[in-house]
Amino acid sequence: MSKPAPQTLDHRCAPWLFAAALATTLPHAWHQPAWLSLLSGLILAYAGWLWWRNERLPGRWLLIPLVVLTCAGVMLEFRTLLGRDAGVAMLVLFMSLKLLELRSQRDAMVLITLGYFLLLTHYFYSQSIPTGLWLIVALTMVTAALIRLHGGPASKPLPTLRYAGLLTLQALPFMLVLYVLFPRISGPLWGLPQDAHSARSGLTEQMSPGSFSDLALSSEIALRVRFDGEIPPRDKLYWRGPVMEVFDGRTWRPDPEQKKPPSIEALSPPIRYESTIEPNQQRWLLALDAPAPDLKEFGINRTLTVTIRQPLQQRGRFALTSVTDYRFNVSEDPAVLRRNLALPANLNPRTRALAESWRSQGKDQSVTVNRALALFSGDDFAYTLQPPLLGENSIDEFLFQSRRGFCEHYAAAFVVLMRAAGIPARVVGGYQGGERNPVDGFLVIRQSDAHAWAEVWLEGKGWVRIDPTAAVSPSRVEGGIALALPDSEALPALLTVRSDWARAVRHRWEAINNAWNQQVLGYNPERQRELLNQIGLANPDWKNLTALLASLVGLLLLSLTAWTLYHRPRLDPAQRLWHGALKRIAKSKVNYAPWETPLALQRRIEIEQPALAPAFTAVVNAYLKARYSADPTDLRPLREAIARLP
Amino acid sequence: MKLLARLKQKLFRWESDGSVPFRLSQRRIFIIPTRAGVVFAITLIAMYTGAINYTLALGHALVFLLCGLGLIGMIHTFRNLFGLSIAPGRSSPVFAGETAYFTIVLRNERQTPRLGLSLQATDNVQVETHVVAEGKCEIAIPVLTHQRGWLNLPRVRLFTVYPLGLLYAWSYLQPEMRCLVYPQPIYLPLPPEQSTTSTGERQGDGGQEDFAGFRNRQAADSLRHVAWKASARDAGQRPLLVKQFAGGAEQELQLDWQLTPENADSETRLCILTGWVLAAEAAGVSYGLRLPGQEISAQRGDQHRTRCLEALALYPS
Repeated sequence: MSKPAPQTLDHRCAPWLFAAALATTLPHAWHQPAWLSLLSGLILAYAGWLWWRNERLPGRWLLIPLVVLTCAGVMLEFRTLLGRDAGVAMLVLFMSLKLLELRSQRDAMVLITLGYFLLLTHYFYSQSIPTGLWLIVALTMVTAALIRLHGGPASKPLPTLRYAGLLTLQALPFMLVLYVLFPRISGPLWGLPQDAHSARSGLTEQMSPGSFSDLALSSEIALRVRFDGEIPPRDKLYWRGPVMEVFDGRTWRPDPEQKKPPSIEALSPPIRYESTIEPNQQRWLLALDAPAPDLKEFGINRTLTVTIRQPLQQRGRFALTSVTDYRFNVSEDPAVLRRNLALPANLNPRTRALAESWRSQGKDQSVTVNRALALFSGDDFAYTLQPPLLGENSIDEFLFQSRRGFCEHYAAAFVVLMRAAGIPARVVGGYQGGERNPVDGFLVIRQSDAHAWAEVWLEGKGWVRIDPTAAVSPSRVEGGIALALPDSEALPALLTVRSDWARAVRHRWEAINNAWNQQVLGYNPERQRELLNQIGLANPDWKNLTALLASLVGLLLLSLTAWTLYHRPRLDPAQRLWHGALKRIAKSKVNYAPWETPLALQRRIEIEQPALAPAFTAVVNAYLKARYSADPTDLRPLREAIARLP
Repeated sequence: MKLLARLKQKLFRWESDGSVPFRLSQRRIFIIPTRAGVVFAITLIAMYTGAINYTLALGHALVFLLCGLGLIGMIHTFRNLFGLSIAPGRSSPVFAGETAYFTIVLRNERQTPRLGLSLQATDNVQVETHVVAEGKCEIAIPVLTHQRGWLNLPRVRLFTVYPLGLLYAWSYLQPEMRCLVYPQPIYLPLPPEQSTTSTGERQGDGGQEDFAGFRNRQAADSLRHVAWKASARDAGQRPLLVKQFAGGAEQELQLDWQLTPENADSETRLCILTGWVLAAEAAGVSYGLRLPGQEISAQRGDQHRTRCLEALALYPS
């Protein structure tokens, strides 16, 4: 290790460091509390102002209270200093505070190292393509500051930037090789802080009026599915999530009692597919209704929801199998059936009265089901994103007064009707539908496809899916939400695009993102193993992987070294012409010795080939003039003299 | 210790480069990480751990990109020295205790500049420089002097951390260069004038203090003799000027070894004589120098002064 002498920072270097600080902290402004961004912005502006006025940097008397105050602010905001968000906030603040302390080269090095580190923190929040690209730009910016720092004032702005870009470009092959071949370890290595993963909106395990209509406004992607074969017809695309059996009059929740395994009888061939599910912090997966129970890696609970051990905090890929026609728990546990008939006492009397009247008319269960569906398909029920607020007897109010609701209203009302009529029923949450991206063939399911439907248990048939929304608005199931809602209700622009080119652009962009997610971000230890198998490393252990990696990196290093160090002296134009002249006289059997000066050659020619001498003397004179005179730009005399050579 | 020294000698190829221009080859350029480089590596490890822990795919990519940057930095730091041509230049005599400057000419044949170069002679102050693309630069390496006589340029370390500051590349230069160091002058009052024989070579008709013109200032000229007004006229474009006086050469000084205090040792005597030579030259009188075994007859002027000082510097001890 060598210790450079402490050097003061050259004044003109500071803007580079400001730029580096800005490039590495700016994107955090999008998700940080406004006061934090404002504070770092103010500090940066203050540092810039001091630099502009060429004034002294503030001493400890300002910095220490500032550090204490900002720490206190972060503590108040995040209730901790150690979590992910708090840590990032501290780093951003330290970065800007360091700008008030830029005295020596060492300070600048600290700032730059911090800048490189800060680049990493952006990936906590986004790993999209634009983030990746922006960070390459920011990295180049930081590297440029580094080059400027060590090159001193002789390092001019444009060449410095170009040099930084060149270094980044040359580092890219190393990145590729290491990314593909460096032995991957799957994280996490230790417990992560509470806020390690951003909360996202998405389907939850509870359903109350309004929970789905919020989701309907979001065009975010919930999952992407690639089917091994054909995509099943749209009305079969029910993506089963949590099943909610407990009702307290307002909110539906799953029954915690889930021990018994389900029994399912397949009536159609299994459908295999791979789901890429966006992180939703839930312990269940979305599977095409109904998932086959022979899924090894996952659990499957009594209500036929695929479960995982840890909440889904990363985008995950899951290979699943489903059957679309099935018989589910034909012989159900009586205790379960009883629980699926329970209703809160004293609530919704009119609904219960209606159902009682249906029950008293006898007939079989399916008639009752159809009666309820027929009720919904009547003219006076409307499907809308903006239903009126409901009071205590929410089902009564919905069925007999407002009659305007979203899928959760219909599912809840239907289930309550069924239970009151003596048919075991429950609510199923999930997604319905999806859109095929023609670019990559993936089926894309968005948050706006979130849906709630009902399941009733019929004797001899088991649990049967009934979608009351389909009764009120068939187009919801056939064409998606954008078609089902009246035109007056505003959906985000992305969901309502009808023009073909806009749709094509969106498909293209989403397919690129999907490829990025699958191939780049989804490159994990398993993928690495697969890839190594494909290239012939049948059993890659760390030893031959390291050998391969080392030789590839070495090769890269060697070729880049050769390329970088290769240097051919550039001849100036006069020299090039002179070499041409030497070739010409070689035809007259005059050979030029490398150590001969032009004048020596001229003298030799005067003796050896007097005939050639006058023409050659003109060339020599013109050459010497072109090369060594004060104004060597004029090459015409030399060219003319050479042209006169025999 | 001796073994270590020999090992170093072998490893770092400490040998004279002679007095001809030479070009730095890979065999004599060495490279190690700087302290900042080690910190960078530790930061990368921390970032890598973070990327694993939070399963950040792009975090991995970033760490690998920075790894690549470090590796590439190695090549580029090395390249900053590789192929640099070095030619020994000149050096001007100085008085002991002053700093001697050895000029070295660095020539860059590449089409990109070489920035952030530093040179340092053993145990001396480092100097920084850069060489523009396809250009050359002359750089004076300071060496503090202690002793009169010939001073060989000590081993010079040429080093750079450019472009990234993460790696330190260096090479040892040992061009054959030497600089004459005069004894450090001790100013005692001049001895009385010995004779007034006129040499007949009158340099001017005026009196002793007649202004005769300007000449460039030498390192040995006291600042008091600088003609500031005249020098200011061309705003530092040229070396400083000193006024020169012409006077009758009637007065003649014999600066004799015998005249120096008897109790002084020979080195001190040389220093006193040096002081006298300078004082006599400044006073504009003719002076001669008499040392045991050699004598320089009385004269005046820069050449004469140099001759006297050389004799004093090289006087066998």
